[in-house]
Amino acid sequence: MSKKQWPLWEIFIRGQHGLNHRHVGSLHAPDAEMAINNARDVYTRRKEGVSIWVVKSSDITASSPSEKGPLFDPAESKVYRHPTFFDIPDEVGHM
Amino acid sequence: MPSLSDKATPNVAELAENAAPGKVRDEHVENAALKPVFFEWLCRMGDTTLILGHRTSEWCGHAPALEEDIALANTALDLIGHTQLWLGLAGEVEDKGRSADDLAYLRDAIKFRNLLLVELPNGDIGQTLMRQFLFDAFHYELLHKLTGSSSPRVAEIAAKALKEVTYHLGRSSELVIRLGDGSEESHQRMQEVLDKLWPYAGEMFMTDSVDDAIAKAGIAPRPRDLQDAWKTTVTEVLEEATLAPPDTRLDVHTGGKTGRHTEHLGYILAEMQFLQRAYPGATW
Repeated sequence: MSKKQWPLWEIFIRGQHGLNHRHVGSLHAPDAEMAINNARDVYTRRKEGVSIWVVKSSDITASSPSEKGPLFDPAESKVYRHPTFFDIPDEVGHM
Repeated sequence: MPSLSDKATPNVAELAENAAPGKVRDEHVENAALKPVFFEWLCRMGDTTLILGHRTSEWCGHAPALEEDIALANTALDLIGHTQLWLGLAGEVEDKGRSADDLAYLRDAIKFRNLLLVELPNGDIGQTLMRQFLFDAFHYELLHKLTGSSSPRVAEIAAKALKEVTYHLGRSSELVIRLGDGSEESHQRMQEVLDKLWPYAGEMFMTDSVDDAIAKAGIAPRPRDLQDAWKTTVTEVLEEATLAPPDTRLDVHTGGKTGRHTEHLGYILAEMQFLQRAYPGATW
């Protein structure tokens, strides 16, 4: 008798005053609707969120740590990419 | 999953405003003639949630999956929360100085008024979930009606509990459907437990003189008036779960509501009450 493991899901929660969903962890569930129920039970016990997104872990493509160099180092010393050379008038406020 | 109709609770904001005990004038609580019957009815509510909460909590640390373990623990906690409210009000109505804790931990089995369905052993996870579903479908209909109770205290307890029970019913229905319409083994197991629990479900709708008196006072509906709505929900879910409702009677086993219990309740109370009875008055 084969034992099939429930697929793994990554869980994203948006808090009451938050603007975006944040990754809070993962859990197992047989399908998407159960994943939302499980996320509600596991990750929102203390009113951490008002909105839940679930994504099958296998649907997520991640950058490989070994490619860190070519992917991210070139941005290291390109100061012209940072918008810090403008004089912001005081009336505009904090940008 | 069959969609539950959107039943907005009436005047919830108003109920919440009057939440603190003593702030709301509830004539039923002070009605001397109604006291014995009201106390009896409140014990039926609180004892059922207490025993079901306790049974469900027995899964803590033993459920087949971590997520299920947490979900069952949450359900148990919700039910114990309801117990505090129902038995708390019962103690107030009885007016003999008994608190919810006194009622829960110091009464003997013969005084308990819970349904037989909830004192049965958990069995496997399928039996636990089927029991939960059959009860949730009833509990949801009952609480919805209670939010319109002539007793403001009862209505406010029901309003709070209804949100939690709406989730309980959604969760247990989804699981019954997935297990019923699952593998050959899960389907067979769910059909077996459905056949096993069906004869206990009828007690939920039994209406006796206590129920009649409470209904006359406008506090609660007669249990038998909830049976049609329950039947509709259960039929829909079982159909989607590819399970066959047994054609045997629903009300074979009764007596819990009047204190005639199975031998199981004795064992539950022995475990649940041991601490309070061995060390009376102990606190953390």
